[in-house]
Amino acid sequence: MSGPSTYVPKSAIGRWFESRLPVMGLVHSSFVAYPTPKNLNYWWTFGAILSFMLGAQIVTGVVLAMHYTPNTGLAFDSVEQIMRDVNWGWLLRYLHSNGASMFFLAVYVHIARGMYYGSYKAPREVLWLLGVVIFLLMMATAFMGYVLPWGQMSFWGATVITNLFSAIPLVGDTITTWLWGGYSVDNPTLNRFFSLHYLLPFMIAGVVVLHVWALHVVGQNNPAGVEIKDVEKDSVPFTPYATLKDSVGISAFLILYCWFVFFVPNYLGDPDNYINANPLQTPAHIVPEWYFLPFYAILRAIPSKLGGVIFMFGAIVMLVLLPWLDTSRVRSAVYRPVYKVLFWCFIACVIGLGYLGSQPPEGGAVLAARILTAFYFIYFLVLLPLLGLFETPRPVPASIADSVLEGGAAEPGRA
Amino acid sequence: MLSRTSLGVIAAAFFGAVLIGAPAIAADEAPAASAHEAPIPPRNDWSFAGFFGKYDQEQLQRGFQVFREVCSNCHSAKHLAFRNLADPGGPQFSEAQVKALAAQYKIKDGPNDAGDMFERPGRPSDYWPWNFANDNAARTANGGGLPPDMSVLAKARGVKRGFPWFIFEALPGVAYQEQGADYIVALMNGYRDNAPAGEKLDGAQNWNDYFPSHKILMPKPLSDGQITYADGAPQTAKQYSQDVAAFLMWMAEPKLDQRKKTGFRVLFVLFILTGLLYATKKRLWSNVAH
Repeated sequence: MSGPSTYVPKSAIGRWFESRLPVMGLVHSSFVAYPTPKNLNYWWTFGAILSFMLGAQIVTGVVLAMHYTPNTGLAFDSVEQIMRDVNWGWLLRYLHSNGASMFFLAVYVHIARGMYYGSYKAPREVLWLLGVVIFLLMMATAFMGYVLPWGQMSFWGATVITNLFSAIPLVGDTITTWLWGGYSVDNPTLNRFFSLHYLLPFMIAGVVVLHVWALHVVGQNNPAGVEIKDVEKDSVPFTPYATLKDSVGISAFLILYCWFVFFVPNYLGDPDNYINANPLQTPAHIVPEWYFLPFYAILRAIPSKLGGVIFMFGAIVMLVLLPWLDTSRVRSAVYRPVYKVLFWCFIACVIGLGYLGSQPPEGGAVLAARILTAFYFIYFLVLLPLLGLFETPRPVPASIADSVLEGGAAEPGRA
Repeated sequence: MLSRTSLGVIAAAFFGAVLIGAPAIAADEAPAASAHEAPIPPRNDWSFAGFFGKYDQEQLQRGFQVFREVCSNCHSAKHLAFRNLADPGGPQFSEAQVKALAAQYKIKDGPNDAGDMFERPGRPSDYWPWNFANDNAARTANGGGLPPDMSVLAKARGVKRGFPWFIFEALPGVAYQEQGADYIVALMNGYRDNAPAGEKLDGAQNWNDYFPSHKILMPKPLSDGQITYADGAPQTAKQYSQDVAAFLMWMAEPKLDQRKKTGFRVLFVLFILTGLLYATKKRLWSNVAH
């Protein structure tokens, strides 16, 4: 998409530097001159929102780490110390804990947008796969971060999730002991989780660079799902057009984020995590954070431990395979009448699983979770492959400019 | 070929059936839920609830009195330092009052140059002392139960009201973050003299409607007229319980006043910023068909 940079620095020093390391040219071609489809709606601002959230989590996290103590005897108290005695410590901590939730909210919107508009299809498979890698790293980071305050849910959540690895035949117990650094979740576990929780965000940042690089090679998808054909007619330069629109998105998202931080900071958390971890007392219901609930529901829906683990990871594998499971040649759901309905069913299915994941696994909740788990996999493995063969798509516009003239892929969030 | 509308209707019916139907079937099958399921604690009118909420200083001072005279006989509060009682947004006793209060307590310190531990009068920087040397001593004195530390207790208790209420609990105007305080008030007033028919209490257990298992080791802590308030507030168990719940909320969330005040300013600025950015964006894009 972006060829050799045509960027010419204005100052002599700039030219001197650019001929030795063309980093300004790289920035210019990636974030200034980069052609952006002009029909993007606000759902496309979530990439920028996610970059912002990653930055926010790293900055608040680095400062929190200056005050936190990763020791089972001190961790809980050190977090309370942050809340009470560190200047603006309560703000840092609430920004960071709610930031994780906002990060996941944004990533789920971002993934759903990619699914709705077929952003994973050729030539964007690698871009999509890098996104799945980021998602996996995010989940690992969030999981380990949740252990750090060393509350009851931290401890028991860590125990339940690390125990899953013991379901692996033959080597399961060895792996679990190795993960724990002992024979239960204890101080060595907390220490390594802290270390990894600090490391993984920088790995995420690295993969984000690859993600953006891949994006700028193949170009952005757009609501019409057709490629940029004429840069003049179909696109606008990233700066100022996309930069400004992304700023609107980030600013609006910040309103939501700050509402949670300042007015309902504990809504998304579990009260049990304000109780110091106690290995001798199991909470009545062990529930993960909300963003893991759909996967937790799938895990519990399968009546065998190993099976549950396989299906839970299988749920992510479906995302990995998605570019090859969807056989339709049309990208955007706007031109796929049946897919559009199925997509919303899928969203309903995931939300339903999330709700069931928060409920005790009894009676009808188990049955409902099994039905929805079945639908989740049938959606990917049966419906999507078949739909591409049997669905009659609406005619796709010849170009982005044509789609705009036709009143476009009239979608929510356009402005 | 099915039309989109009929597909949508079928899909909606399917998901409706799964999410509502399956649990409903199960509800019929499941053994009748415990006859004594803990009820949802009633809501109180808190000064610190809502968008402009902040602590009522006089209530916190009364609540501190209840905490000091009753609760702290058994419960610890290890994150509460005497100096906190003078912090802005708290009970805000004067520095002199806090100094005098701390001096009434004996704090274990040391070792001194001779290697001995010794006791000295408390200072504002000391943390609230506990009546027991350790957890086991507290258990022995309390019928085998450990009185939980009170520092963050008000945030460690929740109220599960289920779907759809939990959604509203996050929303502006109806947000509900005072669950712990409501639970504490309900618990204080939820004691019955005798267990309901068919329920047996062991040893030191008492019956409480709002305690999750109902069988609580803590005896009814507050009764009418038990504490003498200096400010003329009603001396009833209800009033005591609300005052102490407010105090516990403050102890768990001492920066609430600052948080809400800052939050109001932050949201105000963000709304203006978003509006300005949106207007600028609109203007910039006005010459682009999109």
